[in-house]
Amino acid sequence: MILDWLPPTLIGFLLVLAGIGAIRRMNLWRAGQAEKVNILAGLLAMPKRYLHDLHHVVERDKYMSRTHVATGGGFVLAMVLVLFVHLFGVKSEILAWALLAALVLMFCGALFVYKRRMNPPSRLSKGPWMRLPKSLLTFSITFFVLTLPAAGILPEGTGGWVLTLVLSVLILMSLSEMLFGMTWGGPMKHAFAGALHLAFHRRPERFGGGRSTGLKPAVLGEASHGVAKPTDFKWNQLLGFDACVQCGRCEAVCPAFAAGQPLNPKKLIQDMVVGFAGGTDAKYAGSPYPGVDVGNAKGAPDQIITNGLISSDTLWSCTTCRACVEECPMMIEHVDAIVDMRRFLTLEKGETPNKGAQVLENIIATDNPNGYSPASRTHWAADQNLNLMKDVKQADVLFWVSDGAFDMRSQRILRAFVKLMKAANIDVAILGDEELDSGDVARRLGDDAAFQSLAKRNLATLSKYSFKTIVTTDPHAFHCLKNEYGDFGSDALKGVEVLHHTTFLNRLVKEGRLQLDTFKGGKVTYHDPCYLGRYNGEYDAPRELLASLGIDVAEMERSGYRSRCCGGGGGAPITDIPGERRIADMRMEDVVSTGAEMVAVGCQQCTAMLEGVVEPRPVVKDIAEILVSQLSEEVNS
Amino acid sequence: MPPKVNVVSLVSIGRHPQSGRSRRAEQDGRAVELGLKLSKKSLTVVHAGDAQEPVLRQYAGMGLDSLTVLPQPADGDALPILVDFLKSSKAQVVLTGVRAESGESSGMLPYLLAEQLGWPLVPRVAEILTIKQGAAEVLLALPRGQRRSVIVSLPFIATVDNAAAEARQTAFGPGLRADFKVLDVNSVKDEAMATWQISAAKPRPKRLKVVKAKTAADRMKAATAKPVGGGGKVMKNETAAEKAQAIFDLLLEEKVVR
Repeated sequence: MILDWLPPTLIGFLLVLAGIGAIRRMNLWRAGQAEKVNILAGLLAMPKRYLHDLHHVVERDKYMSRTHVATGGGFVLAMVLVLFVHLFGVKSEILAWALLAALVLMFCGALFVYKRRMNPPSRLSKGPWMRLPKSLLTFSITFFVLTLPAAGILPEGTGGWVLTLVLSVLILMSLSEMLFGMTWGGPMKHAFAGALHLAFHRRPERFGGGRSTGLKPAVLGEASHGVAKPTDFKWNQLLGFDACVQCGRCEAVCPAFAAGQPLNPKKLIQDMVVGFAGGTDAKYAGSPYPGVDVGNAKGAPDQIITNGLISSDTLWSCTTCRACVEECPMMIEHVDAIVDMRRFLTLEKGETPNKGAQVLENIIATDNPNGYSPASRTHWAADQNLNLMKDVKQADVLFWVSDGAFDMRSQRILRAFVKLMKAANIDVAILGDEELDSGDVARRLGDDAAFQSLAKRNLATLSKYSFKTIVTTDPHAFHCLKNEYGDFGSDALKGVEVLHHTTFLNRLVKEGRLQLDTFKGGKVTYHDPCYLGRYNGEYDAPRELLASLGIDVAEMERSGYRSRCCGGGGGAPITDIPGERRIADMRMEDVVSTGAEMVAVGCQQCTAMLEGVVEPRPVVKDIAEILVSQLSEEVNS
Repeated sequence: MPPKVNVVSLVSIGRHPQSGRSRRAEQDGRAVELGLKLSKKSLTVVHAGDAQEPVLRQYAGMGLDSLTVLPQPADGDALPILVDFLKSSKAQVVLTGVRAESGESSGMLPYLLAEQLGWPLVPRVAEILTIKQGAAEVLLALPRGQRRSVIVSLPFIATVDNAAAEARQTAFGPGLRADFKVLDVNSVKDEAMATWQISAAKPRPKRLKVVKAKTAADRMKAATAKPVGGGGKVMKNETAAEKAQAIFDLLLEEKVVR
């Protein structure tokens, strides 16, 4: 046969091209900043991370997870066997049959990919992605036919040179997509970059059921702060951007996108890719940032990102609710990237929008975002008869009051919680005026210098006293204390349990230290605060508390890890980027659709945001407030 | 605007009204902002005091490459060293706040500087519109958002009113990296101050509010009004002699001149 050499040559040729592409792509990532990664351990852990952690996220969409297992699994198996059977020419009918089986599996999967692409949801990118199912089908059919002689089903030489030529053309078409495209920026790039991203992930703690949500501290005092250019990202962050499959699950859950603010997490990640690879976003075929046309963004590895690649409004629209990160099947860290870029805007450019500058100035000068007198921090507790740590030096429980102390609505939550603690005879003390803002807002607004200053001073105060547990009603302070203060080399919180008040109260109820009457109001739903749920995994305690009152929570469609943000996180109410709708209004619609008369919340910020929605609307109450109204009288007497 | 104008903004250490902590002073920040707007390149920001004061980094964080410090102890007199500095600096426009937020806070410094240098003083500036041919067109801030345009010849000293553009956000990085030029100057001890006894001010009792306004518009006016001096008179068309006579009469009347 004259053309028998052609298919193996094509396979080999495309493999070499793929190899060259892989090296080029890796060099793009390597332009990023150094970050220590355990290469070998990462590569060894990669299969498990893929099969377990990543699959766990994909599994939320059963249709797609099965489709992907069939298509991806079939392809990987088939590709390995193709090398043996067709490139190295191993004569084995068993291998050939195995290859046929893998191709059939892949073909079935590809059919479902095709079916989904017939009428794709808006969150999916179109463009080259619409071509992918056809390439997958072509690949499986072509190699199926090509393998038939090797499996002994058809005699060698069937079809003659005409068939070989036709098959060669099809091989060229499909393998270009599958191999060449994998490393040169086609849709299959996600397999190559995704696998390495899993191996060298910046937060390996996330795998195996762990959680890693605290922001990484900025190094202060360098020639520049934060991320200005794509090459200022760590190399494995760049790799992470490249892993995106453009499935748009992030887009579907992003509250800012839904509100019509100029943010789309998927587009943001794609723009980061445009940035470090150079070029424009003209080829992007997904939903744009609301209100911003696609095709005008230009980027280069050493170009300032906010100079032409993305607008700073995009960065300031994020509420840091982490819904995109939670939902991303490739485990990309959108929030890290956004805060990294915000750090540059705030620490280097001094361009925090709207009230941002004023809030940061207040935090620096008065240790609270609204510029209240630090000496008035404990005024709310004038009638509460609370011990001050300054006087008692030690207590079982330290109540971290947070900046809710200055806000009259939040004070109602604080008082309710104090009343509950007194009812349970807890040995509690507060820091009083020694407490400072936790630094949450400063950090999310990109001012890591102010955050670190607050964190260190708070830790110094905490280290003076002894306590076993620290409890707060503010999930933002809770998150900082629990997950972010550990980076500053202090022993103040060593061996101390940091708890959110719902967790703490739930324990008291379980231990029988609080006597509560059954709740007889109407239907109640529960809103999961982002910083309690997604950031800290506490979904159960609030629900158990409500259940202990006999409340059967009418769950919203988006609850638990899929809870929709109230719009109050990440300094979003301060930077206040205009959109078409308010995030809090959308969340209240979620509440209303359950038919609930009351929405229980575990966060003063969520309370403020949801109560800001115009009436008539369901009542908003913190769980502590609901509990306190059900406190049995005899306990008090 | 010719970029050749040498602008000097004088800055002091402010004091936050709630926390009492050091901060970038409100009006001095505006003086730097105005200076940056006039000419970023030829702006010199000067502080007489402690070069180690961290608040100076907040001024530098507005985008200054350098900041000049005339070191002097807490009991030093800023006036003589500033006069020496300004005499030797070729400054054409000197901007200051109306009064400092800490220290004596008398608001006298710009006047004393103007007196010793023999320069005109333009009080409570809202904006400097143009500087050409050795003269500047300046908008003075008057009560209720009114403005008065005056033309003043260079060099001059201007105090910056709260009506001027707000100071831009200070950025940590540039502030940290700014170069501090610490000059070698002789400090002069403030002998007068050494004899004073300083005690905390008592808050003045608030005047009782008597609502006389009949309509909402009147109430709005009353709420937003700054105190207006009743006897003021704008003289535009009179001769120089008449204007001088009017000033002299006023000084006599106010018993400034006896």
